Amino acid sequence: MAAATILVLVVAACIAAPWYAAHVSQTDPFASDLDGSITLNGQPVDIMQSADTGFGVTPIGPTWSAHYFLGADNQGRDVAARLLYGGRNSLLIAGGATLICLLLAGLVGTVAGFSGGIIDMILARALDVLWAFPVYLLAISLSAVLISHGLQIGPIVVSSDSLLIPVSIIGLVFVPYVARPIRGQVLQLAQSDFVLAARCLGVPRPRILWKDIMPNVTTTLIVFTPLMMALNMLTEAALSFLSIGVQPPAASWGTIILDGEGLLYTRPMVAVAPGIAIMITVVALNFLGDGVREAFDPRAKLRVQK
Amino acid sequence: MIFLLLLRRLGEMVFVLFCISLLVFLIFFATPGADPAARIAGRGATPQTLAAVRHSFGLDQPWPVQYGLMMKHLFITRDLTSFVNIGQKVVPAVLQAAPVTLSLVFGAAIIWLTMAVLVGVAAATWRGSLLDRALMLLSLVGVSMPVFWLGEVANLITQARFHNTWLFSWVPPLGYVPLTQNPLMWFKSLIVPWTVLAVTYIGLYGRVLRANLVEAMNEDYIRTARAKGLSERQIIFRHALRMSLITLVSMFGLDFGALVGGGALLIEVVSSLPGVGMLTYQALQNLDLPFIMATVMYGAIFIVAANTVVDMLYVVIDPRARDGR
Repeated sequence: MAAATILVLVVAACIAAPWYAAHVSQTDPFASDLDGSITLNGQPVDIMQSADTGFGVTPIGPTWSAHYFLGADNQGRDVAARLLYGGRNSLLIAGGATLICLLLAGLVGTVAGFSGGIIDMILARALDVLWAFPVYLLAISLSAVLISHGLQIGPIVVSSDSLLIPVSIIGLVFVPYVARPIRGQVLQLAQSDFVLAARCLGVPRPRILWKDIMPNVTTTLIVFTPLMMALNMLTEAALSFLSIGVQPPAASWGTIILDGEGLLYTRPMVAVAPGIAIMITVVALNFLGDGVREAFDPRAKLRVQK
Repeated sequence: MIFLLLLRRLGEMVFVLFCISLLVFLIFFATPGADPAARIAGRGATPQTLAAVRHSFGLDQPWPVQYGLMMKHLFITRDLTSFVNIGQKVVPAVLQAAPVTLSLVFGAAIIWLTMAVLVGVAAATWRGSLLDRALMLLSLVGVSMPVFWLGEVANLITQARFHNTWLFSWVPPLGYVPLTQNPLMWFKSLIVPWTVLAVTYIGLYGRVLRANLVEAMNEDYIRTARAKGLSERQIIFRHALRMSLITLVSMFGLDFGALVGGGALLIEVVSSLPGVGMLTYQALQNLDLPFIMATVMYGAIFIVAANTVVDMLYVVIDPRARDGR
């Protein structure tokens, strides 16, 4: 599977970020370096060069060699190294949010669908309302409030620059998208013949839940995983670009695009490179998602063969 | 009977809107961690501002009163003011910015619907061919790009790198020209943002339409049409496409609402269009919560209303939807 290979490579590259910063680029990707210089082809080159217009300075462009492979950003930081560190955060947030989203959605959907009655009604209504609340607006309001002063629930204090904030916000806003189909599936399963048969045999409800319902729900959740991760990755990038996701000096692919916005016409690589990284990762995730869906859904396989 | 159904749908809308307003209120006023007055007043507020915020939003009173006051400021007196840019009235600013957002989303919608139908029909007609694979790969890439990044790349190409070539020399500088002032400039200034915004949706709708068409081609009524001796083209356009468009219409209602209600924010920021999203963005930059609150509430209302309208149209158009749910 080409998609899986690409994903493994992306993850491996991001894990290797500290090694890259220490041994290849040999810079600290979080400290600004405004008056340093490097040796390029035997000649010393300033990292921040005076601009063509005569005003201000322009960071060094892509050197395509070990130091400043993709150039520097407006604080003289190595973009390639920041890209790898940013990828760690982007992947971590997308993965963490996916985990939170699927666990919560699986729980809510299963409880609602299996218990029925008043519990189901309340949960289904709550999901409807959350679903009607536009994702971006919900994420923006939650982020704006939490980024401004952090969160404090009793003894738990989450500071405003913690990665937990974007992770949980992105995880939360997409819960209805997964929980609603799960609830529908559980409702359908609860009325299916094999569950009816099990009930007639006197199998206790928790055992039915565990043996008959859960395996089906788990399959659905697995099918959702890569697609949700792709969605979460794009959402994280958008929130970080709006400066309400990952907070500086930490980086993510979204914040690097934001850093590069001011340099777009002079040093486009700063903004372009992280976008390409996002695109490659999300395309691979979507491909993987299609593959997983076909693997688990025999009807989809039939459809492809025709 | 239909009337009762429509009435019920309206009732549901009111209920959902009430819940959303309650949720917005809870997010902005009751999130634990800090004094809501400090949040609303913005960073580095003076004690006088804090006192003014407390008084204006009734923060020393119980929650139901606070909720009522917020709703009053938002919808009845519409005098919600920013405490960061002191004295700026929020609601008129939002209403004034709305035409820009509407222009952006309308134009993009026309492009994406046309292109998506072309892509979907072409891919389904020649399914399995090289063209089908190429179109589907391109659609997937289109769905996988961050829209704001695509906007920046488009700016880079049309405003800087290739601006002096014959291809893009007609592209005006970033910004917005009202339709009433100069229709031609309005069109020129929006065509790049339209295209950028449309790309994601062309990919999304094209993929869905292709899947629907391919599935429809295996249905009985298509076999009947084929047995009647209709040509492949007639089958696709007159039978399969009609059924598949129903899915697209309901998707369109949701997406259009979501974009006008705030989803176009990113592309407005990148293309410097002074729409509602731009207002939200500026408010986010200085964490000007009253502003964010207003744009979120008005956006949510628009989206929920758009969804209700789509649902109602459904009930009127599609007889099967009447006894469903």
